[in-house]
Amino acid sequence: MPQANTKTVKKRTKGISYAKYGYLFSLPFMLAFIIFMLYPTLFTAIIGFTDFKGVGTTTFHFLEHPFDNFVGIFKNVTFQNSLKNTIIIWVINFIPQISLALLLTAWFTNRNRKIRGQGAFKILFYLPNIITAATVAILYAAIFGYPVGPVNDILQTLGLISKPFDFSTSPWAARLVVAFIQFWMWYGYTTIILISGVLGINPELFEAAEIDGASPRQTFFRVTLPCMRTILVFTLITSLIGGLNMFDIPKLYIWNGGPANATMTTSVFIYAQAFSGSYLYNRAAAASMIMFVIIAALSAGVFYLMRDKYEARMRREARRLKRAERRAMKEAAV
Amino acid sequence: MRRKKQARAIVYIVCIILGILSILPFWIMIVNATRSTYQIQQHAISLIPSTHLSENAAVLTGKTFNPLTGFFNSLIISTGSTVCAIYFSTLTAFALVAYNWKMRQPFFTMILAVMMIPTQVISIGFYQFMYRIHMTNNMLALILPCIAAPMTVFFMRQYMLPSLNLDIVASARIDGAGEFRIFNSIVLPIMKPAMATQAIFTYVTSWNNLFMPMILLTKKENYTMPIMVSLLKGDIYKTEYGAVYLALTLSVLPLFVVYFILSKYIIAGVALGSVKE
Repeated sequence: MPQANTKTVKKRTKGISYAKYGYLFSLPFMLAFIIFMLYPTLFTAIIGFTDFKGVGTTTFHFLEHPFDNFVGIFKNVTFQNSLKNTIIIWVINFIPQISLALLLTAWFTNRNRKIRGQGAFKILFYLPNIITAATVAILYAAIFGYPVGPVNDILQTLGLISKPFDFSTSPWAARLVVAFIQFWMWYGYTTIILISGVLGINPELFEAAEIDGASPRQTFFRVTLPCMRTILVFTLITSLIGGLNMFDIPKLYIWNGGPANATMTTSVFIYAQAFSGSYLYNRAAAASMIMFVIIAALSAGVFYLMRDKYEARMRREARRLKRAERRAMKEAAV
Repeated sequence: MRRKKQARAIVYIVCIILGILSILPFWIMIVNATRSTYQIQQHAISLIPSTHLSENAAVLTGKTFNPLTGFFNSLIISTGSTVCAIYFSTLTAFALVAYNWKMRQPFFTMILAVMMIPTQVISIGFYQFMYRIHMTNNMLALILPCIAAPMTVFFMRQYMLPSLNLDIVASARIDGAGEFRIFNSIVLPIMKPAMATQAIFTYVTSWNNLFMPMILLTKKENYTMPIMVSLLKGDIYKTEYGAVYLALTLSVLPLFVVYFILSKYIIAGVALGSVKE
């Protein structure tokens, strides 16, 4: 008898199970994910092991030596170069970008010196980020144009150069311009993210530093920066992932990888392999999978950052629930 | 005191220079759109607009660049993508927040894990799949994948967790509302602010996207705005400076309008999107 009793009690408190709605409401996401993401990922991986090439063909066979495409890609000088270019362009864009963003963050969050017009400045700094990258690339191609272009015009008027400089024939000039465009498009975004990171820090920490007589510089380096470690790592990794996928700017600023393939990034390389020339889908798929693995490894870093935060929050929530439960019990007892 | 004033002046000077740097390229673009090719060849930079706008427009309409087609195609794809991404992401977030199901935690972990994977690295498989089912040159191939937007689901969930009171859901149940009805008439209104922010970003990202549309859309009448812009790199525009600037201006005009109306919310949205606690 007592057994039956607990069963009915359990049933009554549990009520109807709504779990099925959890599955039902996440079903569209799940279906779209499997069809449009998971399946193409597996398909790309499989193509990497086959002889699949040529426009319009749909049949393919597995290679006798399955890793031929991967070996070929690793030995491919153009691919090696594209990986090198991607990293070079990313580094010369990211270092000034994060430095400037940190400087602006320090200025904008200085507690003793309020900067007026911050809202307007943020709007201006963020503007390039929202404009179509394709348009930006072609606009910069015109601005750095040769023999006539605004930049050459300015440099000649100022007397810095005597005759127009062709920015599209020097490999380093091409890389620098692409890196500059990336920098120009993204420093505003990074600044806003970092500022919001600083605003999320407990203000008591700054007050304590002030009472202890810390200078603004000391406060920034000893309090602000250490507190922003997570957000800085997050910015670094997301920027790196974005950098590894850089396509629009290098593709459209100079056609075909630029002088001596100096602006040929991995994405441009994959596009060129798969969708032009001899349509080497298999080679491009192998290169894609290599990039996929690199990016997956990087995003695992972001994943761990997020998960830590998430778990901390879950623990807090569990505690809060428990407290509420205890309170409710007490009230019920009274 | 004087040192402090100097430091302050430096901050303002740097910020104003950066501000000018943001505006100047676009200003050159707009001004040069009104200048003739001859004027641009004489002096590529000028701050004062000229009077050759209609001539440049005439050159442009005689060539491949068709801003109206591009605008309409981009409009359809971006609107479709945004509606799909926002509605289904909110629905998925609701499933994650309001219900206790066995696979909830693994499902959320999976969303976090795939959040950063860009679609570019799976483009070969995606293209081949679409080619086989005859979906290339079909806008649905660009719209339907947006139903699964892990990043948006993540943000929706983060927003819903503190703002959706499950008691309200429970009381609606007692009043006899079905679960789907609860979502549409109670949860969606609560989620409006988050949906608006995410909608702006999804829309702009979709509007600016070049890689996937370029692969999938090969027919001229399907070209989106960024593909139209990429055509300007062709040889037929080599000497038509004024026309190229005008085409670029036309391609970003809608974005400028949207940005200057919504900039406040956009900046707030960017700040919200960071991982701060």
